[in-house]
Amino acid sequence: MSTRSNFDNNLKELKDLLLTMAEKSEHAIKEAMIALLNQDIKKAKQVIEGDNEIDDLEYEINNKALLLIARESPVATDLRKINVALKVSSEVERFADIAVNIAKSAVHIGSERHIKEIIDIPKMMEMALEMVSDSIKAYYSEDITLAKKSAEKDDEVDKMFGSLIQELLSYIPQNPNSTNQIIQLAFVCRYIERIADHSTNIAENVIYLVTGNRVNLNA
Amino acid sequence: MVSALMDKQTGKQAGESESKRNKESILEVNNLEIFYGEKRAVNGISMDIGKNSITALIGPSGCGKSTFLRSINRMNDLIPGARAEGEIIYEDLNILSEQINVVALRKEIGMVFQKPNPFPKSIYENITHALKFAGMKKKSKLDEIVEESLKKAALWEEVKDRLHKSALSLSGGQQQRLCIARTIAMKPTVMLLDEPSSALDPISNAKVEELIIDLKKDYSIIIVTHNMQQASRISDKTAFFLSGDLIEYEATEKIFTNPSVKKTEEYISGRFG
Ligand SMILES: Nc1ncnc2c1ncn2[C@@H]1O[C@H](COP(=O)(O)OP(=O)(O)OP(=O)(O)O)[C@@H](O)[C@H]1O
Ligand SMILES: [Mg+2]
Repeated sequence: MSTRSNFDNNLKELKDLLLTMAEKSEHAIKEAMIALLNQDIKKAKQVIEGDNEIDDLEYEINNKALLLIARESPVATDLRKINVALKVSSEVERFADIAVNIAKSAVHIGSERHIKEIIDIPKMMEMALEMVSDSIKAYYSEDITLAKKSAEKDDEVDKMFGSLIQELLSYIPQNPNSTNQIIQLAFVCRYIERIADHSTNIAENVIYLVTGNRVNLNA
Repeated sequence: MVSALMDKQTGKQAGESESKRNKESILEVNNLEIFYGEKRAVNGISMDIGKNSITALIGPSGCGKSTFLRSINRMNDLIPGARAEGEIIYEDLNILSEQINVVALRKEIGMVFQKPNPFPKSIYENITHALKFAGMKKKSKLDEIVEESLKKAALWEEVKDRLHKSALSLSGGQQQRLCIARTIAMKPTVMLLDEPSSALDPISNAKVEELIIDLKKDYSIIIVTHNMQQASRISDKTAFFLSGDLIEYEATEKIFTNPSVKKTEEYISGRFG
């Protein structure tokens, strides 16, 4: 039926590349978190080096998208699909940057003994990663319901972020020599909160993709 | 001017009814049907055409775009068996009415055809022919109009040294701009353009597009085009036709980013037609 199969095939390729990029970025975040928890400096450095590969993928997606625009002059939904692929790919690229930032925090903390067992940060991360995987799935299957569901968790992540920061700051007076470690952990909390925000942006883009309307799921 | 459109002083007088009609519109089409013999080519369409704006008509071949366009300056009168029902209101008068002076109407509503069709005469005469026919004799005035309309059509620089050479010696793109200049010379209020740049190379096409955008300061323009990029580049509103029906008529931006009707989307994105 479709007379634009070439366009449709190219778009499919673009989406598949984006999916690969998302998987690699999610993996990088998880690895960075493990490196932080296990104080595994070697793993942290691998995450930092691995970022190049994800940057290359983003570059490739960008080029493919521009070429598709130049060749096919897409309009309406077709144009939105490319527009959204570009936006999602830049959000996903931010995931990868955040993985690098977390890995760098792990390097900064180094082998210094943790002031206490780290329990809540991985919990918050788990929730943020659920948002990531749902928003990416929602993008891939153009599923508005799933997009909304994933964005709903943003409030919880924000709440956890608030209380974690309070808690971390309260440790400073008793542990003046571990200020660096505490600040790095606070940074990590902030990074996780950003993951949830970027994931919400993806969910908003899914809704725009399907309906053509811009929404703010952060409100 | 309006009264000149009436052959007989029947119907409404010019300026009689301080119009309750939409001031933003130049034309108001009400339930327009057009037939070729028994066959209906336009199925009762209604739409307002904006003043000083560019309206694009798009749709697959045979959907009735040219038929509709030609009805606006009564060109269909020249086709045996063609007839129209409904109204096209222009300055409070129904263009389709029998009382309309068609010659005067065509001065106000000019048309440029898909294929450049200059007369086999000089460039100069192509522009002055209709003016002379309308009674204008003074050479200085004619010279002035020739220069002015060629300038508006962005052709002056290319032809000013050979105004008395044959129009047929011009390139296709130049011929098309000459036809536009010829229409401009009549100082119309509405210009109907039927695929004016479909036979042109990208440079000439770009020139014609720039010209059309420039012209909307002074004219209301309706353009038929098969080039979706052209419609999206130059028009303010776009009307999508399908088998004689007006399917969707919206701001061009809306049509090309988020059309309301699935058929429109399929057509503009090249998925049928
Ligand atoms: N002179 C005519 N006599 C009889 N039928 C005609 C005539 N001109 C057009 N038609 C018919 O009217 C319908 C609409 O034709 P029209 O030329 O208006 O289409 P169009 O949208 O301008 O197509 P295209 O994009 O190919 O120029 C078609 O079915 C066509 O065959
Ligand atoms: Mg036609």
